[in-house]
Amino acid sequence: METTTTKSHFFTDIRVMLGRSMRHIFRSMDTIITVTITPIAMMLLFVYVFGGAIQSGTDNYVNYLLPGILLMAIASGISYTAFRLFTDVQRGIFERFHTMPISRSALLWGHVLTSLVSNAISVVVIILVALIMGFRSSAGVLPWLAVAGILALFTLALTWVAAIAGLSAKTVDGASAFSYPLIFLPFISSAFVPTDSMPKVVRVFAENQPVTSIVETIRALLSNQPAGNDIWVALAWCVGIMLVAYLFAMKAYKRRA
Amino acid sequence: MKKAIEVRELRKSFKDTEVLKGTNFEVKQGEIFALLGSNGAGKTTIVKILTTLLKQDGGTATVNGFDILSQPDKVRQAISLTGQFAAVDEILTGRENLIMIAKLRYLKNPREVADDLLERFGLTDAADRKMSTYSGGMRRRLDIAMSLIGRPQIIFLDEPTTGLDPEARIEVWKIVKELADSGTTVFLTTQYLEEAEQLADRIAILHEGRIIASGTLPELKKMFPTAKVEYVEKQPSLEEIFLTIVGKKEEN
Repeated sequence: METTTTKSHFFTDIRVMLGRSMRHIFRSMDTIITVTITPIAMMLLFVYVFGGAIQSGTDNYVNYLLPGILLMAIASGISYTAFRLFTDVQRGIFERFHTMPISRSALLWGHVLTSLVSNAISVVVIILVALIMGFRSSAGVLPWLAVAGILALFTLALTWVAAIAGLSAKTVDGASAFSYPLIFLPFISSAFVPTDSMPKVVRVFAENQPVTSIVETIRALLSNQPAGNDIWVALAWCVGIMLVAYLFAMKAYKRRA
Repeated sequence: MKKAIEVRELRKSFKDTEVLKGTNFEVKQGEIFALLGSNGAGKTTIVKILTTLLKQDGGTATVNGFDILSQPDKVRQAISLTGQFAAVDEILTGRENLIMIAKLRYLKNPREVADDLLERFGLTDAADRKMSTYSGGMRRRLDIAMSLIGRPQIIFLDEPTTGLDPEARIEVWKIVKELADSGTTVFLTTQYLEEAEQLADRIAILHEGRIIASGTLPELKKMFPTAKVEYVEKQPSLEEIFLTIVGKKEEN
């Protein structure tokens, strides 16, 4: 057999792993449906039930709401990454991969990229529903690309957090439960209502947690407004969370492998 | 003859439990080596250490001439593991599983490799079914087929027939014999004495973390008092009865 160094095949390995976990997703479409249905239900609820009573300062509440809904969808989407990683590590296939001369981290990267793709799918589905509900944006190609970039960065950051949970959890429930607080984070932010109406303590938290700056940035980009300082705060949060989570996830991964 | 595996004073503890207490043995190239021991004797721990999944606490081991601690990548290029629990992807089909491994072995024609193996292991009809629909025997056959991709020199089979019915077990035995005939070294663990007797060129008995006896079957037999001649009416074993009634050995 010819001797091959593992490094030169890093991308082949990742491609195979990505293909594998994408197949898993497309063979269990229910995961994508569950991930999109709750945010869509939230959107319907807030627009058609609470929307009339909420004073967001805009005519089009769907426009106001959409960024927060997208973040919620991503937060629940990544819990499936934790779940898939957890089940993988438990199974014999994980041991097979680790006794093969392939890149150590390819399996992990395969899951991370899969998370990116599947979350992109649910984001697109939710935007389509929002369009039917009256969402309109005057933004051009560049702002949309910027929105895509920020959502991708947010997904990556949370995916690495999910990887820590998936790799270190003791039970399946533990692996996916960590995302509940993440899903609720948008509620205590400017995603649904402006922070002005909140009591002081809550307001301080809401205005300084990552979701608010990300929501504000996306909202500004989609309505063709200058994003100002928010975009840098949002980027700093995403990159910061991603780096820290990446380091811990890799540490947890090495412990497992 | 060249040594495929050499293990010297291997030690491993989990928390307070000392599982391996200085284990020594060697496996020659091309032979079927059976590690025999009861549950909890440390067989799986040895397999995991030799296949680079676990690191030992003490002692040394080489696989295909490479030290497992300092050159794990070289070791991984020479081996394949069929673990105690089927190392297959449940959601993929049998064919997809094989193609995936062929791609990870960087073979040029993953599809052909998969087709050949499906044919050889009598799984062509089930090729496009999800693994989760496979029976225990079929799953084990595919599992072993996956291990053969890329022609590793040494194959580790950790209790390959545990949980299989008698027919499936005999099929696995046939596969293992064919493997050894083609020159592959087979490292097998088992708790079934009969399995070791049927397959192994050499047997080592692992007990409480140490090898207490090893050698060929005749050598092991010599360690015990000379055979007595007794006249007994030979009754067919239940296994023989079962196999005669079911009447199939070759059919898949």
